[in-house]
Formats: sequence, structure tokens, C-alpha cells
Amino acid sequence: MQVRKIALLLSIIPGIGQFYNKQWIKGLLFLGLAISFVLVFGDLLNMGFWGLFTLGTEVPRDNSIFLLAEGLIAVIVTIFGLGFYYVNLKDAYKNGKLRDENQPLSSLKRDYQNLLANGYPYLISGPSLFILIFAVIFPILFSFALAFTNYDLYHSPPANLADWVGFDTFAKIFTVDIWRSTFFSVLGWTVIWTLVASTFQVALGIFMAVLVNQKDLRFKKFYRTVLVLPWAVPGFVTILIFAGLFNDSFGAINNDILSMMGIDAIPWLTDENWTKVALILMQGWLGFPFIFLVTTGVLQSIPDDLYEAARIDGASIFAQFRNITMPMILIATSPVIITQYTFNFNNFNIIYLFNGGGPSVPGSTAGGTDILVSWIYKLTLQSSQYSLAAALTILLSVFVIAIALWQFRRTDAFKEGA
Amino acid sequence: MNKAKFFRLLASHAILIFMAVIIIYPLLWTVGASFNPGNSLISTTMIPQNPTLAHYRELFAGSESLQYVQWYLNSLKISFFTMVGAVFCVSFTAYAFSRFRFKGRQNALTLFLLLQMIPQFSALIALFVLAQILGMMNSHWLLILLYIGGLIPLNTYLMKGYMDSIPMDLDESAKIDGASNTRIFLQIIMPLSKPMISVVAMTGFTGPLGDFILASTILRSPEYYTLPIGLYNLVNDVMGASFTTFAAGAILISIPIAIIFILLQKNFVSGLTAGGTKG
Repeated sequence: MQVRKIALLLSIIPGIGQFYNKQWIKGLLFLGLAISFVLVFGDLLNMGFWGLFTLGTEVPRDNSIFLLAEGLIAVIVTIFGLGFYYVNLKDAYKNGKLRDENQPLSSLKRDYQNLLANGYPYLISGPSLFILIFAVIFPILFSFALAFTNYDLYHSPPANLADWVGFDTFAKIFTVDIWRSTFFSVLGWTVIWTLVASTFQVALGIFMAVLVNQKDLRFKKFYRTVLVLPWAVPGFVTILIFAGLFNDSFGAINNDILSMMGIDAIPWLTDENWTKVALILMQGWLGFPFIFLVTTGVLQSIPDDLYEAARIDGASIFAQFRNITMPMILIATSPVIITQYTFNFNNFNIIYLFNGGGPSVPGSTAGGTDILVSWIYKLTLQSSQYSLAAALTILLSVFVIAIALWQFRRTDAFKEGA
Repeated sequence: MNKAKFFRLLASHAILIFMAVIIIYPLLWTVGASFNPGNSLISTTMIPQNPTLAHYRELFAGSESLQYVQWYLNSLKISFFTMVGAVFCVSFTAYAFSRFRFKGRQNALTLFLLLQMIPQFSALIALFVLAQILGMMNSHWLLILLYIGGLIPLNTYLMKGYMDSIPMDLDESAKIDGASNTRIFLQIIMPLSKPMISVVAMTGFTGPLGDFILASTILRSPEYYTLPIGLYNLVNDVMGASFTTFAAGAILISIPIAIIFILLQKNFVSGLTAGGTKG
């Protein structure tokens, strides 16, 4: 039998394969690491996986949510353990192969130097990876896992246990009448909101940039500074200010502006449709300056020769705009434009801070202007319907990722075409 | 022809002045409100008849429900450490992705791309539940860690794109001169990536100032609030009741931030478009 296969088989217990290769120190290192891994994490893994599968069996000894968290940590630790195990197997196999071919084995010192040289990128990206795992990946996994349990107010520790229910919660979203109608009305508004508000702010931003960038226009600097202001003031501040301005009975918009023009007060905050109008107008106000800035940058980089050549060919101003300006803007800013859409899809602040997602709809957990994010927030913090919120989170993430991937492929194609 | 030009410019100025009024009106109105006597929206006028500094004084009086100075300091602390942490993590990681071909690089890049698409509030339920169980409610450091984590994927991507546009020859000649990796990073790559670093620093600093959802999930007692939560509660406790005080508080936070934004806007645009298109 070849040495490499024996070494590989022996290193099923980490270190033994290395001993077989006569690499004593390395073998001890692997064996030591493996033993301490089992000693340190043995209990956690044992408890963790038991908890992950059962979510607890006895009240009040077991806390389902605690067990779920421990279980997920056990899964993450296991993945790292498997990574180490793979390194061990590979090392034994590699050195066994060298022995088969009668070549000298690499010394420990060489290995160490190699590790330092090849390890540099791992070393410097290590902190990021660590933070990502514990601050982002673990919580996301935890949220996703909750979607498959029945964790809510009536199944929460310490008095009760939660349990795995598979896809029940997802099924309920589409079968329970009140959930289904709420889900589809919220989803519908989310989509309309994203499309209308983002398109509005992008169009306004590009239009303003083209307007200010006219060669013979004066006071450019003044206009630019003013138009950038909404971007420079923190968003939450302006949203709260607008909430005051739009106030039905005291706000300046109803009391001063509309009354001056002889228009009756509009129920901005109590009528669902008027709130939607106000939200879209506000998002235009808040969002256009960024597009304006980016577009201005692009416009200034378009060489004058292009326009001159077009003029000599007798192209009208509109033809120049359609065939030179617009394509240039769209190519350079399409990544930024896409982020506007994904941003608005998840634009919690404006919906929640302006009117709390309201006006409220009788019998429904979502208000009339709630988008998916703010609905999830309310389900979690106000009505403790954790598993429903988690299931919605998954649906929403799938939706966002699908669109982002689709957009990504489109822009790549776009780039190649340009 | 001249007539057409005249009308075009006239129309342009008309539109721009109209926009300028729409933009300035709410801002000026807030300034006016902050000097208005009384508390409610009802009596608020743009140019107050009896201007008063009472609301600014109230902010610094430090009552139980209005710990403005404390919120301001909390926000500064969280923003500062988020900024430092994000710049550190993002620039090192982007350097690794941009300059080294290591095992798992492609997988890691895909992971970052995916994480960047999954919005961070996906973890909201988990954070709410875990913070409660672990007794991490009101922990600023937990919040800072979450903010940094949320910033890493997208910003690393942008920064990597930016670093990719710095020619490799620079690294190689430095390497021949015997410079270590870290030294190349600190003395060549970092200075050349300044526009992008200032973008990351800005998003790191202003991100927490604009965040309501995570902060309101974790911070529950008034003395731990950040400005967004504090000011939101100020307006919403009794609707309209302390709007004028809110206006004063809003102005004190908006002015410094607006100045920084306007000063740094050039960096912002060049950093984002360069990193974005080459990513």
C-alpha cells in the first residue's frame, strides 16, 4: 500500500499520520490541538447539537431560544473544526506522497516560514472575518432558524418551549386570510414605493444636474451648494421636521402654504393615500441631491469635442442630449442608481419616523404605509410574533438577493456592451 | 436664436429658484422654530416675534427625559469607534483581496457580495432576542460591533475596487527594495486610497447617526440613547409638545455634519464612482 494512503488513513486521528511520516513535532501539535478541541468544545458540541435538534424537552429547565443559539454556535465551531481536520488530512497525504516519490519532507521551520508568507492575507482579514461571523452571519442564521420554529408570545421561555415546525409559518402567510391579505398589501406598496420613489429621485437628480450644468447659466456655485443641502443634513432630522410640517392640524404646509393658496387642509397623516404622496415627495427631496452630485461629476468629465462634433453634424440640442449626455450618465452612474432602489426597498427610517407606518389599518398588524421592513420591525418589537417576522425576513431577503443578482448581471452585460 | 436662449435660461432659473425655495423652506422653518417661544407647532412661525434661546438652554439643563448632552456624547462615541473600526477592518481586508491571491479568496468575495445584499435588519429578531437573553441591552459596544460588521461587506468591495486601480508596479518596486507587506500597505496603498478611505470614514461616522432601527432595538434607557432615538422620542412623546426643543437639538447636530459633508463632497463622488464602476 502506498505511504500516502496509509498516512491519510492514520490521520483520521489527527497527528498519527504525521507520526507515521516521522514528523514527530508536527504530529504532536496536531494531536494536541485535536485533543484540546474536543476537551474545550466537547460539552458545547454535545449540548449544542442536542439542543439544536430538540429545542429542549423540559420546562423550566430548558430554554429553547438559548438552546438554539448554542446549537448554532456549535455548528460554527464544528465548521472550523472540520477545516482544521481537512488541513490535517491534507498534510498527512501530501507528505506521504513526497515519501512515495522519495523526496525529502519539508522541515517544520520551512512550514513555519511558508505559513507566515502565505498566512499574511488571512492574518490581516482575520479581524473582519471574526466580526462578520459574530455580528452579521450568526445573527442572520439565528433569524433564519427562528422562521422554522413556532417561537412567539405563546411559545416563549421560560414558561413554554418553542419547537421546530418546518415550513408551517411560511404556509400560514399564504393560507391564513388576515396574514395573506396583509402580506400582499404590504408587498404591493413596498414594490410601488421602491419603484416610484427611487425613479422620482433619480430622474429629479439627473434633471437638476443637467439644468445646472448648462454652459451659459450663471450662479452655478450657489445653486450647487443649495441643491446639495438635503444630502448634507442628517436624514432622520429632516424626516422628523417634515413630520411636523405635514402635521394635519398644526403643520405649516396645511396652515400656511395651502391656506395661502386657498386649498383646504389635506389629511397628510390620517389618510393612507395622502401619506403615500407625502412620503414619495419627501424621498424625492431627500434622495435627489446624491444623484445630482454624482451626475454633475459625470457631466463635467464628458469632453467638449463630442458636443462640438455633434454640432458640426447638425445635431439638435435634444439629439445631443439623447445620444451623448444620457448614455454617458447612465453608464457611469448605473451602479449608484441600483443602490438607490435597494436602499428604498429597505428604507425603514422614512416610513417609520414620518408616520410610524400609519395611519393604522383596523385588524391588521401593519399600518397603511408600512413596507416589509417596518412591518417586520413592528412584528418583532410590538407584537412579539418572532417566527412570522423571521419568515418574512427570509422571503424579503430572497426577493432582494434575486433582484440584486439580476441587476448585477444586467450591469455586467451593460459594461461589456459599452 | 437669442430669444430661445433667453427663455431657456429664464426657465432654468425659474425651476432652480423654485427648487431652492423648496429646499431652504423646511430648513429655515426649523431654525425659526428653534427660536420660537412656547412648545407647540401651532404658534410656530418662520420669523419669531419674540425670539428666545430658552430651547437651547433647555437642551443643556439635563433633565431626566432630555439628556441631550449625554445623547450627543453617546452618538459621538459610537460614531467615532465605528469609524475607526470600519476603516481599520475594511482597508486591511480590501488590501488582502486586492493584492494577494490566497486560497478561499473567491469564496470570500462571493460571501461579501451576498452579505452586502442581505440587509442587516434580517438579524433584527436575533439581535433583539439575544441582547435580551445575554443582558447586552443598552450596550454601546455591541452596537458598535454590529455597525462595523454591517459596514464591512459593501465597503470592502468598494475599497477593493479602488485599490485595484492602483498600479501593481508600485508594490513590486517597493518589494524589490525590501519593503514588507505591511509597510507597502501603510506607505503606498493607504496614502493613494485616501479619497476612498475618507468615504469609508464618512459612512462609518454618519451611519450610526442615521440609524434608528438597530439602536432602538438595543438601547432602551434614556441615558444610553443616541441622538436619533432621543430626538425621535422628544417629538413623539406628546406629539408636537416639544417640537421647538427638538428643532434646537436638530440644528446643533445638523450644522457640523452638513459642513463636513459639503467640504468632503468631492472625495465622496470620486471615491464612489471610481470604486463602483471598477468593482
